[in-house]
Amino acid sequence: MKYLRLVVANLGRHKLRTVLTILSVALALFLFASLRSVVTTLAATAQFGGARRLVTLNATGLVFPLPLAYGNRIKALPGVTGLSWANWFGGRYGDGNTFFANFAVDPESYLAIYPEIVLPADQKQAFFQDRTGALIGERLISRYGWKLGQNVTLQGTIFPGDWTFTIRGVYTPTDPAIGDDVLIFHHEYFDERIGRAGIAGWYIVEIDDASHAAAIAKSIDDVFRNSSSPTKTGTEREFQASFATMWGNVSFLMSTIGLAVVFAILLVTANAMMMSARERTGEIAVLKTIGFSDRLLFGLVMVEAGALALTGAVLGLGAAKLLYPAINFNGAGFLPGFKVTTSTLVVGLLVALGLMLASGLVPALRAARLPVVQALRKVE
Amino acid sequence: MIPIVYNVRSVVQRPVSTALTALGVGLVVAVFIGMLALANGFRAALARTGSETNAMVLRKGADSELSSGLGRDVASIIAADPHVATGSDGRPLVSPEVYVLIPLAKSFDTTQIANVVVRGISDQAWQVRQNVKITAGQRPTSGRAEVCVGSRLTQRFPHTVIGQTLRFGGRDWSVVCNFTAAGSAFESEIWGENEQFMPVFRGEVFQSITFRLKDPAAFEEAQRALQDDKRMTVDVRRESDFYAQQSQLLSNILSFLAVMITGIMAVGAVFGAINTMYAAIASRAPEIGVLLTLGFKPWTVLVSFLAESAFIALIGGFLGCLFALPLNGIVTSTTNWSSFSEIAFSFRVTPLLLLVGVAFAVVMGIVGGFFPALRAARLQVVQALR
Repeated sequence: MKYLRLVVANLGRHKLRTVLTILSVALALFLFASLRSVVTTLAATAQFGGARRLVTLNATGLVFPLPLAYGNRIKALPGVTGLSWANWFGGRYGDGNTFFANFAVDPESYLAIYPEIVLPADQKQAFFQDRTGALIGERLISRYGWKLGQNVTLQGTIFPGDWTFTIRGVYTPTDPAIGDDVLIFHHEYFDERIGRAGIAGWYIVEIDDASHAAAIAKSIDDVFRNSSSPTKTGTEREFQASFATMWGNVSFLMSTIGLAVVFAILLVTANAMMMSARERTGEIAVLKTIGFSDRLLFGLVMVEAGALALTGAVLGLGAAKLLYPAINFNGAGFLPGFKVTTSTLVVGLLVALGLMLASGLVPALRAARLPVVQALRKVE
Repeated sequence: MIPIVYNVRSVVQRPVSTALTALGVGLVVAVFIGMLALANGFRAALARTGSETNAMVLRKGADSELSSGLGRDVASIIAADPHVATGSDGRPLVSPEVYVLIPLAKSFDTTQIANVVVRGISDQAWQVRQNVKITAGQRPTSGRAEVCVGSRLTQRFPHTVIGQTLRFGGRDWSVVCNFTAAGSAFESEIWGENEQFMPVFRGEVFQSITFRLKDPAAFEEAQRALQDDKRMTVDVRRESDFYAQQSQLLSNILSFLAVMITGIMAVGAVFGAINTMYAAIASRAPEIGVLLTLGFKPWTVLVSFLAESAFIALIGGFLGCLFALPLNGIVTSTTNWSSFSEIAFSFRVTPLLLLVGVAFAVVMGIVGGFFPALRAARLQVVQALR
């Protein structure tokens, strides 16, 4: 411990250099944590979904609806304990520059099948009772400054016209993957306005036991195999995962950039360490002369490098951890539940440790191996 | 002025420090160019899709082909419109089209599903779309279950080679040809006859109608005439405008990311440059003293050290360009969230982008070198020479 003051004094000699190096390490680890969090958030979204929920879609593709009449036939199958349905609406709000998801659902069954959607009981009742009522995620309240009981008009893109809804409830999702920037409204009202077309975009099927998922999914698809609209059923998790894969190789891209960032900063830190060590050649020789061992000098340089890397890491990782929740970041709706996980923090610290080793090793070895006589000859 | 050779030689004197700083700048420039090349490639692919000479009709209020729907009556009204060009055979150059997305499993990993565009076209489409060229096989015959597959799909999806059978929409379709479309989004599509696709997918409805303008300059007039027609409620856009708008969301996201990420990285690199330059100036104080004694004005010293910093960054800029160049032409794919369809496109590293990258590097060098250079210029001769 008695050498700590020496390390601190050394770091304080070029205050500006020390500060700049720490800041660049902090920036690098902030970026690293942000990029890695994009990857982990996408992966977490793909993991979302109750194991006991299946999703039934039209086998022809996402954009094709299913007959509303399928509901009763699915409900009658063994192992099915609950059923709800929804239809994508895709309405535009305001000038169309900001977008949020909106779809029609069957209110009672939908909220029953998604216990993750939490709202006060009186708001829930108010929503059930108002045919043109809507339920919105809490983020929309802060984004648009809406109030309970206010009317909101969406312009239909797929289903033309102006659609006005009354906000009857505001929900908080307990699972971030549900999304808190969504507007849902009555499927019954939707169906009536589009002329009783009797369509559902997708069904959500609750089953008795997660281990029966594959068998029940198959039995649903078997029922409709030879109908006009064959179905494709899978677990909700598979459904979410297929959305995550739509990003293509975004994860790969983020990881590559993360590596480049870390490497670039490694160079900056290594350079700073080497400059410091070079300037102190004479001093190190003096220390050796008065009896500092090679090993001790090696350790001192490494500790100095470690202090730079770790201080920077704590600043950068801490900033990432605090900043994103503070600004309620969700990547414009693309990254619901964006979170800097503990594993990211741990990996970030490991990166800092690596940074210390890589930037300190050469100067530390050089200090340890410095021949005293030659070094002192240079001193004026 | 202090000759630039002085700076170049000084830089070469401390190779490790120069190399590390330059490499740091180089990585920033490489990421910068790489990310913009991605945004650029995406934008270019969609920009090449639409033509200035074509107009596109969607149902009023629809923001993509997916959300649009037009009846046969609209198609006949447009086919009879005087603003539509006529082909060599005397028929109007109009293509009423069916547009749907189908899930297709990828070749390399069949659990990865992509939403691929299936476009049902009229016989005229091959003339309306001038950028489309059939590279192998024969056009689908009218009345048969045949499709033509875009060149970007053949490597990434199974059953897309000529002679094979592709199954979608509950039917088998034989692949009879491949086409290219100048790197545009059409190359990620499957084309077939609209009359074949109608009964299989959404019934008697088209999603869009594209026609060649008789006089491209008179687009506004055609737009007004069609939109004011009381028999239908449609939006008319230039095809090029439509696709530019389709690329907006994603290319904005990509450009924003590029600027954010490289902005933060650049600050780190500038810090590196500041460190390097301060160290360089500290160790060369006597030299600077000599320069000042010889009569060089302080501002020439400032310029000289700025030039030195810019020179190191310039090396970094060139390194960055070297790192980023191999990206050019690499094909990647993502979902265009505006249309929900998957599109394949190539990274596009353009000369302009390289130039911007080098300029970015030089700016980093000058910003990083400014305060150290200022210190050099303000050195007191007596102290410096001591």
